[in-house]
Amino acid sequence: MKKELTNREAVRMAIDNAMKNDKRVFLAGEDVGKYGGSYAVSLGLLDKYGPERIIDTPLSESGFTGMGIGAAMNGMRPIIEIMTVNFSLLALDQIMNNAAHLLHMSGGQYNVPLVIRMVTGAGKQLAAQHSHSLEGLYAHIPGLKVLSAATVQDAYDMVNLALADPNPVILFENSLLYNMKGELDTGAEPLPIGRAKVMREGMDLSIFAFGINVFKALEAAETLAKDGIEAEVVDLRSLRPLDDEAIMASVRKTHRVLIVNEEWRSGSISAEIMARINEQAFYELDAPMRRVCTEEVPIPYAKHLEDAAIPSPEKIVEAAKAVMEEA
Amino acid sequence: MSLSLEKAKQFYYQMLLCRRFEEKSAELYTEMKIRGFLHLYIGEEAVATGIIDAIEPDDGVVATYREHCHAILKGVPPEKVMAELYGKMEGCSLGRGGSMHLFDKEKNFYGGYAIVGGGLPLAVGIALADKRMGRDRVTVCFFGDGAVAEGEFHESMNLAQLWELPVLFVCENNLYGMGTHIERAESETDLVKKAKSYRMEAHRVDGMDVVKVNDAAKKAVAHVRSGKGPIFLECQTYRFRAHSMFDPDRYRSKDEIESWKKKGPIVTFQKYLQEKGMWEQIDAAAIEKRVEEEIEKAVDFAENGTWEPVSELTKFVYAEEVSS
Repeated sequence: MKKELTNREAVRMAIDNAMKNDKRVFLAGEDVGKYGGSYAVSLGLLDKYGPERIIDTPLSESGFTGMGIGAAMNGMRPIIEIMTVNFSLLALDQIMNNAAHLLHMSGGQYNVPLVIRMVTGAGKQLAAQHSHSLEGLYAHIPGLKVLSAATVQDAYDMVNLALADPNPVILFENSLLYNMKGELDTGAEPLPIGRAKVMREGMDLSIFAFGINVFKALEAAETLAKDGIEAEVVDLRSLRPLDDEAIMASVRKTHRVLIVNEEWRSGSISAEIMARINEQAFYELDAPMRRVCTEEVPIPYAKHLEDAAIPSPEKIVEAAKAVMEEA
Repeated sequence: MSLSLEKAKQFYYQMLLCRRFEEKSAELYTEMKIRGFLHLYIGEEAVATGIIDAIEPDDGVVATYREHCHAILKGVPPEKVMAELYGKMEGCSLGRGGSMHLFDKEKNFYGGYAIVGGGLPLAVGIALADKRMGRDRVTVCFFGDGAVAEGEFHESMNLAQLWELPVLFVCENNLYGMGTHIERAESETDLVKKAKSYRMEAHRVDGMDVVKVNDAAKKAVAHVRSGKGPIFLECQTYRFRAHSMFDPDRYRSKDEIESWKKKGPIVTFQKYLQEKGMWEQIDAAAIEKRVEEEIEKAVDFAENGTWEPVSELTKFVYAEEVSS
């Protein structure tokens, strides 16, 4: 069934359906219940499922994330909501030392079917403790799966994919996308974890992006098209595992690469993608690869400074042209 | 309260098995058969023995990195624990965990955790799942006095009491967080008071006396199982050995260690049995012999175990199917 709705509604619908169909599923986090979710994702679910399944937690990120891990080890399918990626650092011990490592250190006995949703990204003038993008940091950790939804379809599908997965899965949601409308086909077979998606075909260069930057890249691609440059835009979707096959296929097609991500440049996921292209498709390249990332600065409050710190369609156009101008 | 002869034999056997198992482990460490960190529980055996006796096989245990005895007492065969210390495939964590990460799902032994305080939130979640699913289970969570300074302790105490979850928190207060005495680490050293500040029912017990620990544990488990919420039990104990095999033990005096050894769990229990006129009846020599044979069997099993082929290195990173 196809319908148009917002990204927020898509996430909510996926959680709602999962709660309806599987009594092992519960949602826990700060203000997910009575408040309706700090970004209103879970609005209305408390009335429907009650406080035992829509669990308002105190401000104890490590405690309630660890609680989710324990519940997952003991037969439940918890969804833990962390209000902002910066707050997730308080739970990093539980996410890495327990969730990601339990299967291995128990010799395969305890898997952790846990879903952690967290809000990522800048753009709302929330300054240096509410605005960062740490997808690459989590994608560094074996044992985790890391997904980032750009489209309404993925906002819905990724909740289901994560719940069906026997491993801990982190879903990054960008709050600026929550109001974006799109088409959802609830009957469509979801594109699996580990698969990227070509959002726009092009022959001249490949732009790899995920989350909100997919839309910035698509906007940039339209501008570039006016100058006769046809960019291929690939939504990476899954940051661990990365879809090497789709990345290399696009590189073999266009021979020029630009990567866009909102993490700080140094050590970000773009560095990993560049390394893989070097390892697997170096001789396909016609020009040095480039990237548009966040500047090496904590996110500032002032609007003009915040805008200048993060990727924008203009920066993407400029970087794409620089890639094209190389011999 | 007096103990049955059967129970007396069981406690003596269990504490001796723990003691000899770890003495042997220390010996094997110096022979370089066991490597990494090895944290011995010697001196604290009455705590795990008395507590784990009070729970059912279906109940869960979450432990720390000092958990050889907890695993064995929860039913993990000593040979599988020894094989794990060797790093062999036949170990209870298939050689992937080692001394600090013993696991046995079949025995509801949820594992040894080596980030101090890190196991407490898991115990909260395990108990929450049991409560939601209407299962009649209790989760026992062991941790040391060092964990009390961690934020995860406070978060977990709050959550467990707030949601009235079936957890028994057992604090093994051996006075030292590695080399730092509790007086130098805690502004409030009365740990029961801390638990009570969360409105949790909390008690203190002599952790060197297996009978007293067991008595307190039985009452606590009955309370927790009846749905009245969690309990915090502080067991005052002492570790006779250094923190780990790397620890030169410079931070405490020989006199202090010797004075605690005089009230060690095995001698205390022996005195108790003598007073009750049961010592002759338990046949300590026969128990000693049985323990010796078990340790020998465990070492043989570990020696004859296999090294996992390096080709399997990247196994157990992702689960293919949901196993539960």
